[in-house]
Amino acid sequence: MSEQQFIHLVITRQDGPDQKPYVDEFKIPYRKNMNIISALMEIQRNPVNSKGEKVAPVQWESNCLEEVCGACSMVINGKPRQACSALVDSLEQPIRIQPMNTFPVIRDLIVDRSRMFNALKHVKAWIPIDGTHDLGPGPRISENERQWRYELSRCMTCGVCLEACPNVNEKSNFKGPFVVGQVQLFNTHPTGAMNREERLEALLDEGGLQECGNSQNCVQACPKGIPLTTAIAKSNREATKHLFKKWLSV
Amino acid sequence: MSTQRSFFNRRIHSLLGVIPVGFFLMEHLFTNYYATRGASAFVEKVDGLWSLPFLVVLEIFFIILPLLYHGIYGLYIAFTAKNNTGNFGTFRNWMFVLQRVTGVATLIFVIWHVWQTRVQVALYDLSSEQLAQLMSESVQNPVIFAVYVIGLLCAVFHFSNGMWSFLVSWGITVGPRAQRVSTWVWGIVFLFVSYMGISSLFAFAQSDFIQQLAQY
Repeated sequence: MSEQQFIHLVITRQDGPDQKPYVDEFKIPYRKNMNIISALMEIQRNPVNSKGEKVAPVQWESNCLEEVCGACSMVINGKPRQACSALVDSLEQPIRIQPMNTFPVIRDLIVDRSRMFNALKHVKAWIPIDGTHDLGPGPRISENERQWRYELSRCMTCGVCLEACPNVNEKSNFKGPFVVGQVQLFNTHPTGAMNREERLEALLDEGGLQECGNSQNCVQACPKGIPLTTAIAKSNREATKHLFKKWLSV
Repeated sequence: MSTQRSFFNRRIHSLLGVIPVGFFLMEHLFTNYYATRGASAFVEKVDGLWSLPFLVVLEIFFIILPLLYHGIYGLYIAFTAKNNTGNFGTFRNWMFVLQRVTGVATLIFVIWHVWQTRVQVALYDLSSEQLAQLMSESVQNPVIFAVYVIGLLCAVFHFSNGMWSFLVSWGITVGPRAQRVSTWVWGIVFLFVSYMGISSLFAFAQSDFIQQLAQY
């Protein structure tokens, strides 16, 4: 190649949790088959912005690099997604990268997703089987059930559905679409189903299921294609039954 | 149970939107459609409704209070959303925004409409003929006619799309196929009911509507 090509990145940065965000632009040499992570690594190697100033390298988080851990989620050209599976060759330039600011920003592209893990704890998204004695083998489940649960089990708490949801913002306390899928996952497990009422009750607490406004962005945005809106509507059905059952029996 | 207050509020908001507010909207537009058969047919239907026993109780408990709850809680819901159709321009996301926009617009329209009709009836003790005359004269003004068409379309859209989300929120249409069919069904309802409402408005706007009343 006689002429050197560049990749133009426009990155929204922030020096610390309480600092003001600002924009830095970078022009990095083009290579074939780069993803956003390798582009950020290029900046790390030579942290000079397009004005020629030496700046602090852009900070980000990543682990698996194969779209299963959810750590490198960020907003790329307006869409929340994983940086590792965002291929530079298929993105329009300049590539605009922002942190998912639905979450508290720690630095540059690093966000704090603790609220998701707190939400999972709140709805008891686990199966309590710990004990001192052998409980024997678990019950079998049907193939249909297994397939449904497999879809739900692929959630990696990446936060994309929260970023995409118009009802997750600083004015609302919605825990996010993902948590509904996780309640379905554990409530459809035969052993987990023993605590299904407990999880459903927790899901109907403040900021729960009812905050869904049916924009259905979550199911469009989810990188794992989890049927979140189906999980939400299923939970709505269970909540309706639960509502009447509880009202009539207390 | 106190921790589930917003769940109950949301469910009551959803239920009241259909029963009685949505039901009343349908009844109201159905009655108005009699205007297309002439002023006397319309006045006869209005007199029929006004002769219902416990009318004031019905109006307070089945129209005003549910409407106020749905409207005020709806404003809260509408203004807690952060609309993002710029990044997510999907059909459902647009419906989400339109549901909130038409909800606010309908609330403003309904307040004005109640002032213009029901409050005037109460203040000046109008007869059904006088009410029909008032309506006919005001919609003959093209600006008011346009306001009525917009208000009607907002209300009917909010009802139709609201029915779609009611069916999801109560867990009746669960899967994507059921929800897709539901979109079509409520789309057709929107078109049909809008047609019904607009033809009634055109009937009211005819200059000889009042003359028919004189004969009556």
